[in-house]
Amino acid sequence: MECEHCHERPATLHFTQYAHNHKHVQHLCHTCASDLGLIEANDHYPIHDLLSDLFKMNSALANNQRQTSAQETKVCPTCHMTYTRFVKHYKFGCKDCYETFTSELEPVLKRVHNGNTAHVGKVPKHQHTHISKQQQIKVYRDQLKSCIESERFEEAAEIRDMIKAFEQDETNRGGDE
Amino acid sequence: MSLQSFIDRAISPWMQEGGPADDIVLSTRIRLARNLSEDPFPLVASSEALKKVSHHVTEALQGETISHYEDLQYLALTDLSTLDTRALVEKHLISPYLFEHSSHSGVLLSANEQLSIMINEEDHLRIQLYFPGLQLEEALSEAFLVDDAIESKLNYAFHEKYGYLTTCPTNVGTGLRASVMVHLPALSMTNKLQKMIPAINQLGLVVRGIYGEGTEALGNIYQVSNQVTLGRTEKDIIDNLSSVITKLIEHERAVRVMLTKQSGVELEDRIYRSYGTLKYSRLIESKEAAKCISDVRLGIDVGYITDISKTILSELMVLTQPAFLQQYAKRHLNQHERDEKRATMMRERLTLENDH
Repeated sequence: MECEHCHERPATLHFTQYAHNHKHVQHLCHTCASDLGLIEANDHYPIHDLLSDLFKMNSALANNQRQTSAQETKVCPTCHMTYTRFVKHYKFGCKDCYETFTSELEPVLKRVHNGNTAHVGKVPKHQHTHISKQQQIKVYRDQLKSCIESERFEEAAEIRDMIKAFEQDETNRGGDE
Repeated sequence: MSLQSFIDRAISPWMQEGGPADDIVLSTRIRLARNLSEDPFPLVASSEALKKVSHHVTEALQGETISHYEDLQYLALTDLSTLDTRALVEKHLISPYLFEHSSHSGVLLSANEQLSIMINEEDHLRIQLYFPGLQLEEALSEAFLVDDAIESKLNYAFHEKYGYLTTCPTNVGTGLRASVMVHLPALSMTNKLQKMIPAINQLGLVVRGIYGEGTEALGNIYQVSNQVTLGRTEKDIIDNLSSVITKLIEHERAVRVMLTKQSGVELEDRIYRSYGTLKYSRLIESKEAAKCISDVRLGIDVGYITDISKTILSELMVLTQPAFLQQYAKRHLNQHERDEKRATMMRERLTLENDH
């Protein structure tokens, strides 16, 4: 069946409207339907809808109804993001929301990020020197381990010295923060 | 404006360079989502707050040299016409989201358009870097340099446990989206890709068409990117992506060889018919155009067509988009007029090629 509007492309969408007891059927292609405003051009299911559905399922299961009133009044003190709005869009208003909604957040992080709830990657060097060093040490330790496993002992010794120097540095600065 | 200079404007300088595996991989992109520590995220921010962020960021970065990207230029979307903004979307320098939220938003661009930093997108900063061909490691280490340079000037929202904080929890942690744009005509033609997608998804990666709606991939161009951003290091994320892309490349090449051996005439016929369509048609829809462009590019890669340069695919995919056609025509065009302009544009583009 061809599209009634452009008569070029095949009709892939079929609209039935009832007005004044009158049935009106239209057969259109995707392009014309979106040109005529009958559908949104990008008519797909947005990820946050999916997330918020997952989330509702989660909280319903966890809370078994009653507790919800306390949760529902939760508001982020910094940006005033409310619980209801957070659940609707599944998006945060500011960095403090991550603390405010932390209990709601964890189960969803697990689902979205393959069971992970903690960051292991890059750290801002200037603001978070401490974490950044800790991570560097961890990277060196992993390298050390693989060097030993593959019997590259000279390299391993070098890495061991680097770790020592790093840790020394850390203890010296210990009192600063 | 001559077509050549129009093309030069439409195609970012970095796109004209070749890259590893560029018979299949068109480009590599690294995107980092970052927010400023002291300001509300764009989702809830008042227009005053948004203004403050864009002011703060441009103050710190405009005209600066970030890593080796000199003299970043800021484009405020409110200063651009709708058509010019759409053209930036079609060049992938800004996202459709930024286009829809254009008040107080903008983009900082490097001269070669390899680096673009969107301001007040879903997050305060979206840092994007493009590389030609498959260059995930290069792109990541470059992105880290850019990120470090920005971080020395601006304070990021960072959480000891959750990492870089983002508006949407799907980006939290590394804030990294690594994507590789691949041209997979042989795998698509033989329906092998459809069978591979579920396996790819299981590795935490997403495959989607970048032109066209929904799952349809116009021009057989797909984007493969990571979904998981938390609990894995950036290096792990790109290694995982890289190994999948390497497999895709191997399979695509193998199927291309098989096709030329087993159904050489059919393939050659299909490619030359498409070439003919591009060369002679007077009206062409974007879907048909994309198919023909993809066929011709495949023809170049397998050696049937020798007098056209490889960049034609990425070039024409951008040039034949609605905003570019209208910019070229210098006026608004309805769909029928666009189909006509698109055909003209492609004929002229091929003539240009034959003149060289």
